Amino acid sequence: MSTKITTEDEAIGTLADGMTIGIGGWGSRRKPMSLVRALLRSDLKDLTIVSYGGPDVGLLCAAGKVRRLVYGFVSLDSIALEPHFRQARQKGTIPEVVEYDEGMLQWGLYAASLRLPFLPTRAGLGSDVVANAPGLRTVTSPYDDGEELLAVPALTLDAAFVHLNRSDERGNAQFLGPDLYFDDLFLGAATEGRRFLSCEEVVPTAELLENGSFHTLKVNRSMVDGVVEAPNGAHFTSCQPDYERDEAFQKEYAKAAGDTEAWQAFVDTYLSGSEADYQKAVSSR
Amino acid sequence: MSGSGTTEVTLGEICVSAVADAFRGDGEIFASGMGTIPMLGTRVARATFEPDLLVSDGEAFFVANDLPVGGTDKDVEGWIPFRSVFDTLWSGRRHVVMGASQIDAHGNQNIANIGPWAQPKAQLLGVRGAPGNTVNHTTSYFIGNHTSRVFVEKVDTVSGVGYDRAAELGGWIAEHHEIRRVVTNLAVLDFDTPDHRMRLASVHPGVTVEDVVAATGFELVVPDDVPTTRTPTDEELTVLREVLDPRSLRDRELPAPT
Repeated sequence: MSTKITTEDEAIGTLADGMTIGIGGWGSRRKPMSLVRALLRSDLKDLTIVSYGGPDVGLLCAAGKVRRLVYGFVSLDSIALEPHFRQARQKGTIPEVVEYDEGMLQWGLYAASLRLPFLPTRAGLGSDVVANAPGLRTVTSPYDDGEELLAVPALTLDAAFVHLNRSDERGNAQFLGPDLYFDDLFLGAATEGRRFLSCEEVVPTAELLENGSFHTLKVNRSMVDGVVEAPNGAHFTSCQPDYERDEAFQKEYAKAAGDTEAWQAFVDTYLSGSEADYQKAVSSR
Repeated sequence: MSGSGTTEVTLGEICVSAVADAFRGDGEIFASGMGTIPMLGTRVARATFEPDLLVSDGEAFFVANDLPVGGTDKDVEGWIPFRSVFDTLWSGRRHVVMGASQIDAHGNQNIANIGPWAQPKAQLLGVRGAPGNTVNHTTSYFIGNHTSRVFVEKVDTVSGVGYDRAAELGGWIAEHHEIRRVVTNLAVLDFDTPDHRMRLASVHPGVTVEDVVAATGFELVVPDDVPTTRTPTDEELTVLREVLDPRSLRDRELPAPT
């Protein structure tokens, strides 16, 4: 029985420039922020980011890490529009942008996790998603209906980051909040060796079922290569039931994003050191 | 005009009951509303004339009780995480009321960005679920600022699919596509015309047909007789004011009267 315990920086050390990284969670909910912060500290560049986007996308855009962005939306939930993402789009600093319907993004991840080249859907047809993603193709049903459907290509990832509530040291992981989102599909779509899961707490396997019913065990150890214990690791996004979104901090983040000087001060205060430094700066506000 | 108590009916309340009316006859489906007034519309409809509707807490649960906006005292009757939302919407058992940053005469809606998509003047949310929603189940819209900047000849990025594009796709999608109504701060509009161009269905009390035409940036179909939007019933007002929205959040989602 081998442990998969690792650290954020070791996980980031397995990545290379130009890779495609899928980030779990949804908007400003249960984002693997400690892994995102480690990515910000690294020299990695020219990344493709796949996400139901929140501050993960904003921060990576602000740091100039993103060459290609694949998303269905980018939002901070209680603040509808993500300021850094907006700026990046409006200044045209993301070289390549792929905007999908939310369901198409799920389908792309699911296709990759099932090792299928594509999955068919009607979502996207008729909208400008198709016009703005010229690589998309349709497929004709081989049955009597003969319907033409959109073939969403597999979104195969070089690496995946997700944050769950609990895990054992081998990657049997547990979500205790109301929604898994699509974290299992992000893990499923990613290349073996670079599927990273952070969690609030690493617990003995036997303890998992003391926290919640078997329904919460949707991620098993065959889906995970590295486990990072990251208490408050989703901050400032929510991680129910362990904690709610830090709305005051999110407001501070969004406000700072509007101004070059204020943003530099935010970076100096919160993002210039280690994860421990970040957590210390957050708790000493 | 009074419901519970003596207060005059507000514009927010008229908008809520106009949104609620969109769900008449829907039966046992997921009634989903994006924003305060749409959400209240689903809950008023379910609390009064459309009791079989399923409504959610906006997070991940179907709730059986008349839950106030932001309320936490939930009688949970089902679990609806995002994956189940997608399954439900692709199955067709849903009717959503979304917002729109732009909408055209055929009901093409934009929530993604303003200006050219490649480098927008204003980046908004992205298309979110609008493309999939509109080709899979009934959609309505609530637009709190009815102006010619929103009601435009051509939207910058088609997120929700309108009637012309659905007709062009034909087949299954054309058969299942429906935009039932558009509720605004001025009027109720629908697509009940031979070529499914947007039609003025009713004007809210105190609003004239000319007001609506002037605030619409495309040629609206205007029938000879345009009725006035109904005001909420006493039953609707009571549940809205006393249970669902005691803090009157419904009126904060609208621009201040000019």
